[in-house]
Amino acid sequence: MILIFTEIADGAIKKSSLEAIYYGSKVAEMMGTTATALAIGSADAAELAKAGNFGATKVLHANDAKLANPNSMAYASVLAETVKSTGAKVVVAAKSSFADAVTARAAGALKAAVVGNVTELPNLSNGFQVKVSIFTGKAFADVNVNGDVKILAIKKNVVAPVENGNSAAVETISPALADSLFAAKVTETIKATGMISLPEADLVVSGGRGMKGPDSWQPLLDLADALGAATACSKPVSDLDWRPHHEHVGQTGVKVSPNLYIACGISGAIQHLAGVNSSKVLVVINKDPEAPFFKAADYGIVGDVFEVLPKLTKAVLAGK
Amino acid sequence: MKILVCISSVPDTTSKISFIDGDTKLNKAGVTYIIGPYDDYALARAVELKEQSGATITVLNVGGADAEPQIRKALAIGADDAIRVDVEPTDSFFVAEQIAAVAKEGNYDLILMGRETSDYNSGVVHGIVGEMLGIPSFSPVMQLDVNGNEASMTREIEGGKEKLTASLPLVLGCQEPIAEWKIPNMRGIMTARTKPLKVIPAAGSALTTTEKYSLPAPKGACKMIPVEEAEKLIELLKTEAKVL
Repeated sequence: MILIFTEIADGAIKKSSLEAIYYGSKVAEMMGTTATALAIGSADAAELAKAGNFGATKVLHANDAKLANPNSMAYASVLAETVKSTGAKVVVAAKSSFADAVTARAAGALKAAVVGNVTELPNLSNGFQVKVSIFTGKAFADVNVNGDVKILAIKKNVVAPVENGNSAAVETISPALADSLFAAKVTETIKATGMISLPEADLVVSGGRGMKGPDSWQPLLDLADALGAATACSKPVSDLDWRPHHEHVGQTGVKVSPNLYIACGISGAIQHLAGVNSSKVLVVINKDPEAPFFKAADYGIVGDVFEVLPKLTKAVLAGK
Repeated sequence: MKILVCISSVPDTTSKISFIDGDTKLNKAGVTYIIGPYDDYALARAVELKEQSGATITVLNVGGADAEPQIRKALAIGADDAIRVDVEPTDSFFVAEQIAAVAKEGNYDLILMGRETSDYNSGVVHGIVGEMLGIPSFSPVMQLDVNGNEASMTREIEGGKEKLTASLPLVLGCQEPIAEWKIPNMRGIMTARTKPLKVIPAAGSALTTTEKYSLPAPKGACKMIPVEEAEKLIELLKTEAKVL
């Protein structure tokens, strides 16, 4: 059986987890078995049944009140126990820093092989081989995964889910939870509300030092708003505190793979490219025609971002 | 306080990546190796904690002899001694196993490393180590203070951050802005030469093997749109690129 670690946000299955469920169901098909989603936290059964639409035949739901808030150690314990009780041989998760923390501890408990940044369905012609993105997107490796239990963290956009109209049976599980799993105390959570999640976003509008200062982002925010895009920034911008750190995209920040990434006033240092190079379409707007980012872009506009952005916003709104 | 800082030795982030021997090996010619950028943040914070309240810092690398310049650099920045597990760091579980074995021997209060290595970017080693040792692990940690036996941390979460406290011992995956990278001074470089570096053999075996490497397909030319027709971009994104 293939088990999919399914993340819940605001009572719904995260979009990236729906992709993971679809990926898991395809692997199950290849291996002649079925896919089961493991959902931890509070969500309605009707919402979780949607996992069926993406290929899961069953959803195991651990909804103990202690699991209401994401806790990587407790979630990992539930995941490891579920792998043991179901005899799952392959675990699939959508890559995220939370999923990494969970699958890592589960791998430690299960002595499982764990591979991150998987970019394709596995090749089962000779063992179990996956293609993974390495060196922050600069190369790929074909990795043979051995070990009794295999854990795969897949990148966003590696499969295009086809919905099948099915609904999955939801079964509540109550795994034992040791007190030691709750030893850490969360004293404060600071979260931007009403924002589109950057790692999950299909469309991203990002700004660099060319945006001039913390108070001149409105034209960029307007375009993002018109498109329904998430906003992001380069490292210098978050270092200067013009934008919050969780928006920083690049080698040492968030790595994104949206359908569309629009870079405004970002020169395109290699460290920035590392965070965006798996985007499907890259648009670069920069007044410097020599900006290295143009070499990596699909579409480019040489011009002042403060002149270009309002034109784009207007065109988007006019087309709606 | 005893701190173990795990460092990886990785190609400089500006390196051009290529492969040799029928795409089975990384071409190391002309590639400069550095301490993993995230590991460097972990090391810098360990040195600050040592300066503030006293600590001994052991730096640990799982890697071949070619990682020794990076280990010496970590000693020059402020670590007291070093251990190298003499094996190629081929897979997350295997590397974590080596770290956990060293950690069990040394009874460390804090085990710090980067949130991920910049070669395989898996971001799971800290969690596996924590589980193997039966102690809590947190990542990505962007702020860390230690008061007696209690650590207070800020961890990045999707769309924000959370503050938490936990008792030592802990394993932490670190990222900016936990500290500023440190550059070794001349005195540090001199003393690093004589600080102890113990080389030990690896135990266990890797659960994955890499069969072949490849590079992404080259990018086509960038289509330039004149600034006076900037709005045409939106039409192209709809009809040609089909992403809107």
